[in-house]
Amino acid sequence: MSDNIVEIKDLNKWYGDFHVLKDINLNIKKGEIIVICGPSGSGKSTVTRCMNYLETFQEGSIVVNGVELEDDVKKIRDVRSNVAMVFQHFELFPHLSILDNLILSPMHVHNIPKKEATKTAMEYLERVNIADQADKYPNQLSGGQKQRVAIARALCANPTIMLFDEPTSALDPEMINEVLDVMVDLAKEEKTMVCVTHEMGFAKRVADRVIFMADGQIIEENTPDEFFDNPQSPRLKEFLSQIIH
Amino acid sequence: MAIFNEKQARPAPSNTKGIINWIFKNLLATPFDVAMTFTILAFLFWVIPPFINWAIIDANFVGTTKADCTGTGACWVFISQKINMFIYGFYPENEIYRVNIVFGLFFVFVTLFKYFGNSFITKIVIFSVYPVISFMLISGGYFGLPIVDTNDWGGLMLTLVVAATGIVVAFPIGIVLAFGRQSKLPVIRNASVVYIEFIRGVPLITLLFMGSVILPLFFREGIDFDKLLRALIVITLFQAAYIAEVIRGGLQAIPKGQYEAADSLGLSYWQKMLLVILPQALKVSIPNLVGASIALFKDTTLVLIIGLFDLLAMVHLTGSDSNWLGYDTEGYVFITFIYWFFCFSLSKYSKIIEARYNTDHR
Repeated sequence: MSDNIVEIKDLNKWYGDFHVLKDINLNIKKGEIIVICGPSGSGKSTVTRCMNYLETFQEGSIVVNGVELEDDVKKIRDVRSNVAMVFQHFELFPHLSILDNLILSPMHVHNIPKKEATKTAMEYLERVNIADQADKYPNQLSGGQKQRVAIARALCANPTIMLFDEPTSALDPEMINEVLDVMVDLAKEEKTMVCVTHEMGFAKRVADRVIFMADGQIIEENTPDEFFDNPQSPRLKEFLSQIIH
Repeated sequence: MAIFNEKQARPAPSNTKGIINWIFKNLLATPFDVAMTFTILAFLFWVIPPFINWAIIDANFVGTTKADCTGTGACWVFISQKINMFIYGFYPENEIYRVNIVFGLFFVFVTLFKYFGNSFITKIVIFSVYPVISFMLISGGYFGLPIVDTNDWGGLMLTLVVAATGIVVAFPIGIVLAFGRQSKLPVIRNASVVYIEFIRGVPLITLLFMGSVILPLFFREGIDFDKLLRALIVITLFQAAYIAEVIRGGLQAIPKGQYEAADSLGLSYWQKMLLVILPQALKVSIPNLVGASIALFKDTTLVLIIGLFDLLAMVHLTGSDSNWLGYDTEGYVFITFIYWFFCFSLSKYSKIIEARYNTDHR
């Protein structure tokens, strides 16, 4: 068996007649930190969402943790319980307190007793510096706090892979750093991370590999140093010149 | 250079506060407002004093027969003489205490629910024990109580039995139908749509007739299918379709991201729907659910069509009593107040649960 935790092979996806992902091939090693960037509509979110089958696809294959993604409820649940996702708009459950948001999946998916789940949840809240808000409801928190809770919720299931789908795009500028700090902190661990983000500073600091997508294709992938200092394709050069001032 | 001086907060201008300002702002702001205000005041002056005269000042409150009503106003003696019929229908006089126990138990169970309903299980237990005990007490045949035929049930008691059964039993069926209508499986989805649209496209009266005429055809001859039970089944099935649509509205108000977040955590379909989606959808739907319940409460009056004597039918009946001819006005005023009391209480209750489950904090 290879040491790839995610293997994407010849992935093709259409929305109706629109070819949104074209021949995507991507292998991710265990513990690797991948940043995917690119202009909007390039398919970067879509490819990430395929990795936990929130999006289906028509051609190609994705193997996650040795399980091939296909229309099989049990397999999909199995994969999802190991792959956590952080969304652009947080998607905390507004009718549950922060703590209840965190223990929902451990209790019902992983069958961990409430007491133990609560203990773990509090540890993660502690880690994202928000333990004092455990009894509040999501709508009482700021955007940055919400996203930190969302990260803690994702961690509670003790996933092997974390997917971040533009986690800072919906935040006010002054809140971006508190979320990035948490993500940088996470990157020190053994967890595999796939981050769709425009935060190039983050990519430079922690990424093992940066991937540039445009028009549904992977145009270029490289180590952060090479990626930013020595871009090869004109598309990437143009993209970098637009986002780095 | 601009220098920052912190300014002290000042009280709001005085012409934005006080009752006089409120009147000028809300009742007398424009000539049209002035005209409206005085027209409405004149109307109230024209209607309210005569009603008070009739209902209280010129009315008779004590007595036992029509002859005791000497005043020119209302004859409330009619109500006090017929009150048992209004509340219990033809329920045997010396068994009435059983119905009163059921009324009393209602408050006992509400209290139990409030103080012991901590877990989902105890809630369900308390919630399901009450109807069972009520049924045993009212219908008899248990604990050595004599059986009271459902033909003798009537009045407010019958109205409450029909409305409560309709509201409570239709609720879970409505949830299942609403889920069904959103299902990815075509058979389930289409069956739900056909059911909901059929029921909503037919008046309740028609359904009640169908229930009392057509339903018995499905059963072997000779089986006497209880008239009240037939009405309860029809009303429940009717209400379920409306509840389903109300809940569907709530489900559609939940953003797609919530479904995805639940999916991405690995929750199963039922866990996702019951733990994440439904609680939020119900919360959004509270005002409309209560609206549908109030509508049903009033629609229960239609059961008189198939020969059940609910509260309204009892007024019809007692009003045609030859000893009390011409006093049904008092009866209708009286039950208007009763219907209003129950509907208004439901409406107030909805405000309370809305506040209790409010986690928006905006």
